[in-house]
Amino acid sequence: MADDHNAFITEATIDGDADADGPLADATVAVKDNISTAGIRTTCGSEMLADYVPPYSATVVDRLTDAGATVVGKTNMDEFGMGTTTETSAFGPTRNPADPERVPGGSSGGSAAAVAAGEADVALGSDTGGSVRCPAAFCGVVGIKPTYGLVSRYGLIAYANSLEQIGPIAGTVEEAAAALDVIAGPDPNDGTTRDVSEIDGADPDGSYAAAADGDVDGLTIGIPAELFDGADERVVETVEAAIADLEARGAETAEISLPSVEHAVQAYYVIAMAEASSNLARFDGVRYGHRSESDGNWNESFAETREAFGPEVKRRILLGTYALSAGYHDKYYEKAQDARAWVRQDFDEAFEAVDVIASPTMPVLPFELGESLEDPLRMYLADANTTPVNLANLPAISVPAGEADGLPVGLQLVGPKFGEETVIRAASAVEER
Amino acid sequence: MSDTSESTDDAGGDDAAPAVDADEVRHVAELARVRLDDEEVAAFTDQFGDILDSFEALDEVPETDREEDLINVMREDEIEEGLTQEEALSNAAETEDGFFVGPKVS
Repeated sequence: MADDHNAFITEATIDGDADADGPLADATVAVKDNISTAGIRTTCGSEMLADYVPPYSATVVDRLTDAGATVVGKTNMDEFGMGTTTETSAFGPTRNPADPERVPGGSSGGSAAAVAAGEADVALGSDTGGSVRCPAAFCGVVGIKPTYGLVSRYGLIAYANSLEQIGPIAGTVEEAAAALDVIAGPDPNDGTTRDVSEIDGADPDGSYAAAADGDVDGLTIGIPAELFDGADERVVETVEAAIADLEARGAETAEISLPSVEHAVQAYYVIAMAEASSNLARFDGVRYGHRSESDGNWNESFAETREAFGPEVKRRILLGTYALSAGYHDKYYEKAQDARAWVRQDFDEAFEAVDVIASPTMPVLPFELGESLEDPLRMYLADANTTPVNLANLPAISVPAGEADGLPVGLQLVGPKFGEETVIRAASAVEER
Repeated sequence: MSDTSESTDDAGGDDAAPAVDADEVRHVAELARVRLDDEEVAAFTDQFGDILDSFEALDEVPETDREEDLINVMREDEIEEGLTQEEALSNAAETEDGFFVGPKVS
């Protein structure tokens, strides 16, 4: 298999159960390289874990292979999921199959590129602040960020636990939904997973794939001005045209306001960096991962070992440490938690009046390679539309809305908690038009 | 004298962006046990000023009730199969007699 886009860090096979039948039997699946695969190195796109071989597989990997899917490789990603372009990988950038001079988005850029280039039927990504939806939008494929707690994180190497979910990427809404059917569900190894059948109003026998029926007659779509203001005009026009087509198919639109989301990206970065600074403390070179040839003491040796992190990871560890330190904790971390609660309330209120909320997935077209690497703040601000969803623990999908200047544009549809069927149904109508 | 210097500090703190100097970057890096070279310190000093400046927007966020709907998830404490000692040590840079070997303490 030619990997022209540097979508894979490691090409290796885990055979699926040959006796399985179902929509994923005989499917090929690419797995983001922060999701553990027994016996196959799992690098997180980092020098730190370049030789790390997990002794166990993530729950999602076991569920996919049990369903008959064959893992074909581990995909490139921003180091530890920290980035919006897949350029912070220690294994070089991934190229966007839609335009090889442009980034595929991130951080699950290798997963989206593998699907877009036809190198896998389905891929798994992880979404902490948009890392499934952004690359899906930039590469012109479908990506689902599930409700927090729907999919097990066991075996996902943690970056910011309170925000992240593993989610599927595929060429069509139905294929992505079929993968979600397989990976969703409670896991005794992840205490934050929920049994959907115990949640009010859920259909215990429901199928996400079956929800991809294109029926949006009577659906109310909320349009929040805050997530359109400031976006690239070409993106806005493409997204608005897709929404107009949904109206033609019987959906209604309603203007809504989500004032809190103006602060979401800042709140997201404070919380994610704070959690990262704590999570990545585990990389000390003792139990796994790179270890420096230091002859210094304990502290010196750790500090030298951790030189192996790339600049974006160091930046986030340091800013997270700063935001949690005495004197700054209340100013940054506490205010960010207030903002998170405010975002959650805003969405809760909005869903009293609408069924789904639509916006551009990304406010910009795919960056050119190298364009944003030296300007971290610019890269962070590109996550303005995706991060509110993680702060509010909600499900969302990015579906291709069309093209602008020959580049893919993604439409994001956000639903209420555990409302995956609704966003899948609406997204399937977008691709049928 | 001390009154004067305090009021000067306050005025600076209110108006200016939360400037970070190189020593602060080095201090935080030391707390986080991440060694930086001089180039990284210089780059981070600039970037942190911009990033922390954008975080100032959080000052406008109203105090919000946090209705966390959290429940404890409990299970029986039963012995289950886990990693073997060999598996647990398989990625360690240095081991001895079935243990991890860490750096010297002092």
